[in-house]
Amino acid sequence: MEIFGVSLPGLLSQLLLGLVNGSFYAILSLGLAVIFGLLNVINFAHGALFMTGALLTWMAMNYFGINYWLMLVLAPLVVGLFGVLIERLLLRWIYKLDHLYGLLLTLGLTLLIEGVFRSIYGVSGLGYDTPELLEGATNLGFMIMPNYRAWVVVASVVVCIGTWYVIEKTKLGAYLRAGTENPRLVEAFGINVPVMVTLTYAFGAALAAFAGVLAAPVYQVTPLMGQNLIIVVFAVVVIGGMGSIMGSILTGLGLGVIEGFTKVFYPEASSTVVFVIMVIVLLIRPAGLFGKEK
Amino acid sequence: MNSKNTATIGYGLLLLALIAAPFLGAYPVFVMKLMCFALFASAFNLLLGYTGLLSFGHAAFLGGAAYVAGHAIKVWGLTPEVGLLLGTAGGALLGLLFGWLAIRRQGIYFSMITLALAQMLFFACLQAPFTGGEDGLQGVPRGKLFGVVDLKSDLVMYYVALVIVVAAFLLIVRTIHSPFGQVLKGIKENEPRAISLGYDTHRFKLLAFVLSAAIAGLAGALKTLVLGFATLSDVHWTASGQVILMTLVGGLGTLSGPLIGSAVVVLLENKIGEFGNLLAALTSVEWFKTLGESVTMVTGLIFVICVLAFRRGIMGEIIAWLAQRRAGNSAKH
Amino acid sequence: MKKQLKVLALMLGVAGLATSAAHAQDKVKIGFITDMSSLYADVEGKNGAVAIQMAIDDFGGKVLGMPIELMSADHQNKADIAASKAREWIDTQGLTMVFGGTNSGTALAIAKVAAEKKRVYINNGAASSALTNDQCTPYTVHYAYDTVALAKGTGSAIVDGGGKSWYFLTADYAFGHALEADTTAVVKAKGGNVVGAVRHPLNASDFSSFLLQAQNSKAQILGLANAGGDTINSIKAAKEFGIGKSMKLAGLLIFISDVHSLGLRNTEGLQFTTSWYWDLNDETRKFSARFFEKTKRMPTEIQAADYSATMNYLKAVEAAKSVDADKVMTTWRGMKMNDFFGSGQLRADGRYVHDMYLMEVKKPAESTKPWDYYKLIKKLPGDSVFTTKAESKCPLWK
Repeated sequence: MEIFGVSLPGLLSQLLLGLVNGSFYAILSLGLAVIFGLLNVINFAHGALFMTGALLTWMAMNYFGINYWLMLVLAPLVVGLFGVLIERLLLRWIYKLDHLYGLLLTLGLTLLIEGVFRSIYGVSGLGYDTPELLEGATNLGFMIMPNYRAWVVVASVVVCIGTWYVIEKTKLGAYLRAGTENPRLVEAFGINVPVMVTLTYAFGAALAAFAGVLAAPVYQVTPLMGQNLIIVVFAVVVIGGMGSIMGSILTGLGLGVIEGFTKVFYPEASSTVVFVIMVIVLLIRPAGLFGKEK
Repeated sequence: MNSKNTATIGYGLLLLALIAAPFLGAYPVFVMKLMCFALFASAFNLLLGYTGLLSFGHAAFLGGAAYVAGHAIKVWGLTPEVGLLLGTAGGALLGLLFGWLAIRRQGIYFSMITLALAQMLFFACLQAPFTGGEDGLQGVPRGKLFGVVDLKSDLVMYYVALVIVVAAFLLIVRTIHSPFGQVLKGIKENEPRAISLGYDTHRFKLLAFVLSAAIAGLAGALKTLVLGFATLSDVHWTASGQVILMTLVGGLGTLSGPLIGSAVVVLLENKIGEFGNLLAALTSVEWFKTLGESVTMVTGLIFVICVLAFRRGIMGEIIAWLAQRRAGNSAKH
Repeated sequence: MKKQLKVLALMLGVAGLATSAAHAQDKVKIGFITDMSSLYADVEGKNGAVAIQMAIDDFGGKVLGMPIELMSADHQNKADIAASKAREWIDTQGLTMVFGGTNSGTALAIAKVAAEKKRVYINNGAASSALTNDQCTPYTVHYAYDTVALAKGTGSAIVDGGGKSWYFLTADYAFGHALEADTTAVVKAKGGNVVGAVRHPLNASDFSSFLLQAQNSKAQILGLANAGGDTINSIKAAKEFGIGKSMKLAGLLIFISDVHSLGLRNTEGLQFTTSWYWDLNDETRKFSARFFEKTKRMPTEIQAADYSATMNYLKAVEAAKSVDADKVMTTWRGMKMNDFFGSGQLRADGRYVHDMYLMEVKKPAESTKPWDYYKLIKKLPGDSVFTTKAESKCPLWK
C-alpha cells in the first residue's frame, strides 16, 4: 500500500524512529522548561549536561566496569550534584540581570565542559554497547524494531509523566509553581526559595543526564553530541511554550514524529523543519502552543 | 585631556599600526582576516550595543554574503568591487527579510526567530548545489579591482581591504553619532518612551537591522575575496556565537570594544597553539603543548569570566575606569 | 592612557604574529595537514606523522645537506582550515612541500593552494579521483588509492558475484559523491542497476533512518559510500536493525582500523579493495612490526603509503639535486619505484599506478593472531583498476 508514493511500512518505520528521537527531545525540553520556569534562566548548558551523562556512562563502563542500569541512577545523581555546584557558584550572580547574561554564561559553560572532554577524547565517537537485556530486535511486520529503542521511548514517557505529575499535582510541585509566580511571598511563608531554586536546577541537570544515559547506546558518544541537539531542543521549548511542562513533553514527542515524517519525503529538510515550525508559531502565537504570555 | 581627543588619538595610532603592519613582519592574510571579523563584530554591536537587539543568527549575513560574492566573482566572472557590492546587497536583503519577520516580537522571542531563520539559511546553503555543500565554494579568484588593480599580491589586497574596512567602520561611527543613532539609543534605553515621543520604533529598528546586516555582509564578502573560499562554517550558528563573544569580551555599546574583542578571539583561536608551545618551552611543562587543542575550553572560560566579572568588556571597563578617574580628579578641585 | 593601552595591545598582537616571518631555505620543511581528532583520525591521523617521521629518520634526517623538519596540523575536516594552514605555512614558514588531507574536500582545497604556490602535494588519505582527473595539477601526487580503483575492484567483484541491484548510503561531500558516481558507472557497465541513494551528513551520529530507507528500497546490495567513523557506525546500525537479513553490505572503503574497531563478528565476509595489507609478505611484516612498536597498532594502508611516499619524495629530491617543485616532479615521474608498499610509476596526471588487492574479512574462527583480519582473494594489476587515458579529463595526460 502506498501513500504519496511511499510504502506504508516505510512511513510507519520512520514515524516510529521519529518517536525515539522525540523522546529525547521531550526529556531535554522538559528539563529546560522546568529551569526556565523557575529560574528564568535559559540554560544553554543543557546540551553539555546531556553529553556529560552519556560520557560518564561510557567512562563508568570502560574504566570501572559499572553497568548501564546502575548508571541510569548514578549519572543523573552525579550530574545533578554538578548542577548544584553550577547554580551555587555561577548562576546565582546573574539572576537580577537580563536574560542575555544567563544565556551567555551557560553558553560559556557549555564550551568549557565540551572543551575539557574534547581535549581528552577528541571528536570522533566512542562506542557504547547496548545492554544485554535489551539487545536484539522484534519484528513488527513493517520493520524490525531494535528492543533498545523501544525501551528509550518507554523510559522517557514514564519519566516525563512522572515529572509532570510531581510538578502539577503534588505539594512540592505547588511550592515550585508558587515560587515561580511570586518568590517573595513564598519566602514569607517560610519556604526556603533559594534551596528550592538550587534543587530545581539540579533536577533539570539530572533529567538531561538521564537522557544522556539513554542516548549512549543509540548515538555516538562524542563531546559534541549535545551541541547538535541543543538548538533543536530550544526550538521545541519555544514552540511548546517556555514555561509549560506538558507543552514541552507533547511538543518534543510531536516534533520527533514530524521529523520522522519529513525524513520520508524530504530527508535533507528533517533537521530544519523544527525551525520552520518555530518561526510560524512565534509569528502566530508568540507565547507558544501551550504557553501563557507572561 | 578630554575623552574625545583621547579616542581620536587612539584610533589614529591604530590606523598607523595597521598601515605599517606588513612591514613589521605581520602576515597580511591573517591581519585581513582579523579586520573582517572586527568589521563583523562592529556591525553586530550596532544592533546589540546601540539598539539593544540581540540577534542569534548574524552568521547568516556574514556567510550568505560570502557565498553571493564568491559565486559572483568565481562563476559570473565579475570584478571584485562588483562582487563586494553584490555581497553587501545580499546581506542587506537578508537583513530586510529576517528583520521584517523578527522585529514583530520582542526580547528572547526576537532572538529565537533570528536563530531559526539563520538555521533555515544554513540548510539552504547546505543543499544548494552552487555553494558546494560540505566542500564549500573554493578557488574564488582575487581578480582585478575596477578591472585595473591586480589583487593577486597579498600586499595590494591588504591595503585595498584596509581602505574598505576603515570606510565601513567610519560609516558605523557616523551612524552612531547622528540623530538616527540617538533615536536608536533612545529605543534601547526605553522603547515605550520613544514610542510616546512619536517615533516609529518599528521602522528605526528595521533600518538598524538592515544596516547591521549589510555591513556584516560586506565583512563576509571581503573575507571571501581575501581567503578565496566561502564555506559552511561562515553560516553555522557557532559563527553567530563567536561574534556575540567578540562583542561581549570587547565591550557592548562601545565603538572600540568589538575591535579589541574580535582581535582577542581570532588571535586566541589561531595562535593558542603557538602560545602553548611558547609556554611549554619557557616552563618545561609538557601539558602546555596541548593548549592548542583546548581552544574551546579557553574560549568558554573567557566567556564565563566575562559574564561574571567583566560584563562591560575590556574596553567598557577601561572607559568606565577612565571616566571614574576623571570624575575623581574634577571632584578634587 | 586609553591610547597607550590600545597601542600596547596592538603592538603585542603584531609582535605575536611576526614570530617567524623570516624563512630561510636552509631546511626542508614537510607540512602534514590531516584529520587528527574526528572521524578519520584513526585511518591516518597522528600515526601518519609517526610514519612520515620514520621515513625521514630512515633516510638520514637530511637531504641535499639540509635537515628535514616535519610540521603537523589538524584540519578538523574543514576545507577552509586546511587551505588556510597550507597557505600560511608556505607564506610564513618556508614550507617545502605539503602532505596529507584525509578528506577529499580538504585535499582539493590544498591541491589548489599547492598549485598556486608551486609546491609538491602528496595525498594518501583522500579518495576522490578528481584529484588526478578534472582537478589535476602538475604538483599533485595521488599515491595510495582512489575512488575509481575502489569502484572497479569492489564493484566488479560484487556484481560478478550476483549483486545486481544496488542502493547507496553516501557521505554528502566530495568523496562520497565521487565514490557513488564511480561505483554506479561500474555497476551499470556490468549490467546491474542502482535503485536509489540516500545522502548523510559527514560524521552523522545516527544512521537508523537512512538504513530504514535503504531497506525499503528492496535492493540486494547496500553500498556504503563513506569511510572511517561513518562506515563503522553504518555497519553497527545495520546490525542493530537486521539489515543483513535482506541486503548484503558492500564496504567501498574499508580500513584495518575499522575492522579492528568493529570486530570480526560484525565484519566477516565483507569484500573490499585495498592498496596494501600488513601481512602480505616479509617486507610488509617487517615495516609493520616497527610501526607497531611505536604506536601499538598495525598500520593502515594510508600510514604505510605515508612512509613510502616520503621515502620516494626524498629520493626524488636527491636525484633532482633541488627542492624546486617543477624539477622534483619531473625527476619523480621518471623514477621507477619499488618498496614494501608497491611498485610502479607516477603518471603524468599525478596518479601512482600500482597493484591493488581484493580482500575479504576472515571469519572469527579463521583468525589465528592479533590483527589477522583479511584473506587475499585476488591481486588486481594497476592498469586494470585506475582511470584509463580514455576516461581521463586531465589536460596534463594526453
